[in-house]
Amino acid sequence: MWLYHAPAGGLCNGCDIEIAAAITPRYDVERFGILLAPSPRHADILLIAGQMTKHSRERLLRVYQQVPEPKAVVAIGSCAISGNVFTTDNYPLAGTIDQVIPVDVYVPGCPPKPEAIILGVVKAIEKLEKRTAESI
Amino acid sequence: MEKVEGKVCSIPIGPYHPALEEIAFYKVYVDGERIVDALIKPGFNHRGIEKLAMQRSYRRNVQLFERVCGICSDAHTTAYCVAVENCLRIDVPKRAQYIRVIEHEANRIHSHLLWFGVAMHAIGFDTLFMHSWATREAIMDVVETLTGNRVNYSVNTIGGVRRDITPELAKYIEEKLKIVEKGTLYLIKAVKEDKTIKARTSEVGVLTKEEARKYCVVGPTARASGIEEDIRKDDPYINFEDFDFEVCVEDTCDVYGRIMVRLRETLESIKIIRQALKNMPEGKLIADLPYPFPSEDIGRAEAPRGELIYYVKSNYTNIPERIKLRTPTFVNLPATKPMLLGNKLADAPQIIISIDPCLTCNDRLVVVDLRSGRERIVLLQDFIRRRVRL
Ligand code: SF4
Repeated sequence: MWLYHAPAGGLCNGCDIEIAAAITPRYDVERFGILLAPSPRHADILLIAGQMTKHSRERLLRVYQQVPEPKAVVAIGSCAISGNVFTTDNYPLAGTIDQVIPVDVYVPGCPPKPEAIILGVVKAIEKLEKRTAESI
Repeated sequence: MEKVEGKVCSIPIGPYHPALEEIAFYKVYVDGERIVDALIKPGFNHRGIEKLAMQRSYRRNVQLFERVCGICSDAHTTAYCVAVENCLRIDVPKRAQYIRVIEHEANRIHSHLLWFGVAMHAIGFDTLFMHSWATREAIMDVVETLTGNRVNYSVNTIGGVRRDITPELAKYIEEKLKIVEKGTLYLIKAVKEDKTIKARTSEVGVLTKEEARKYCVVGPTARASGIEEDIRKDDPYINFEDFDFEVCVEDTCDVYGRIMVRLRETLESIKIIRQALKNMPEGKLIADLPYPFPSEDIGRAEAPRGELIYYVKSNYTNIPERIKLRTPTFVNLPATKPMLLGNKLADAPQIIISIDPCLTCNDRLVVVDLRSGRERIVLLQDFIRRRVRL
């Protein structure tokens, strides 16, 4: 299962480093066959962390469009879900992620622990499998 | 890839690029394999934090500033609290200051180990990346038991701290520090003995002492260029004058020097935490707070990436009138340009990473038009609509 991790723009990095922590020895999701893909074109699941800014919005959409079908999107962290302390209506911000692209799984927390991120990915895999079965 | 003049090609790196941890846009001009010019364009991360800060009370701003950057979150709250305490003349109890020191240094250890892993990943040495992150988990455990969260601690508050360190906790920290120390010594040994790391990092991304002064770089980037400066020594805050530690300086001026400075600093930080645990004074955790009055002051802190400055202006309300921050990456980022020039394209990611760029705290949303020298703000939609030429 390939994941692509896209920071949505305005974020504090906390979620990024927790995603990275999930692939390092303590949590090590690689042993279950989950790997970070270097390009969205190779990915099955898109992980999005952080608050979307007006600046990054179009780019994020393009990244989403580049992920081949069937795909699933996981929104990680309070920033991606609700805007967190930054609110959603400050001048550089462009609202929450799910206003722009469809989100399948939400992982709340600021930042969520690596365990929670892994659970989110597992849920996304389930959804993905169901979707694939339906489409056949 | 677009042709520029003659043999020179321009290669865009980013905004989404596997070599970058965060989104930023670099345009690198190459002649064959050599980099001849570079253009850096951050701004994707701008969140308008300073504006938000001027709408919230002093206490609530702590949580906001912590989220400027999740890696040096403690440095931000420390600098902010110091600025407000200087501004409103608050005397912080000594015990609180010592607890702050412990967190501040734990934060530095975690940040340096994290950076070391990413730097090793950039040169393709994934085994050491995994080693350093495994070591880092020990300090994350310390932070988590100390504060309740792995990234955003929320322990600093105006006038003190919100959580105490019990003797059992102190013992637990000592235990974990041993693991971190052992791990770090191993990493230092690996870096010193491994030929591939030397070959990929020494004499790469050189920033001479003169250039470092010219670009006013701060923190480990400056110390790796032979400039001895450390806010903890030069302008002690949160009682750093009580501690005995060394300012790590290297004079190789290259990526290798930056690696060594950070690893040695990790050991110094362990030393500082041990001293703080041993000499922890008794007393209150939080000072009595006064009513705000018109005043202004700054707070400085040595964040893992360099000097961090907060400016606070107060009035009679509980909301600050103006807050301004100057983050270390803001001064260090321009220095990647002289570092990149003359190097091979394949070395670009590790050079960019060698200053430990933290774009989340840097982004200012200003584009400088090089041709006319005008500054203006450009959003992507306008960019597409009006076909603004950059
Ligand atoms: S949810 Fe929290 S940790 Fe994650 S990017 Fe936002 S502020 Fe940072």
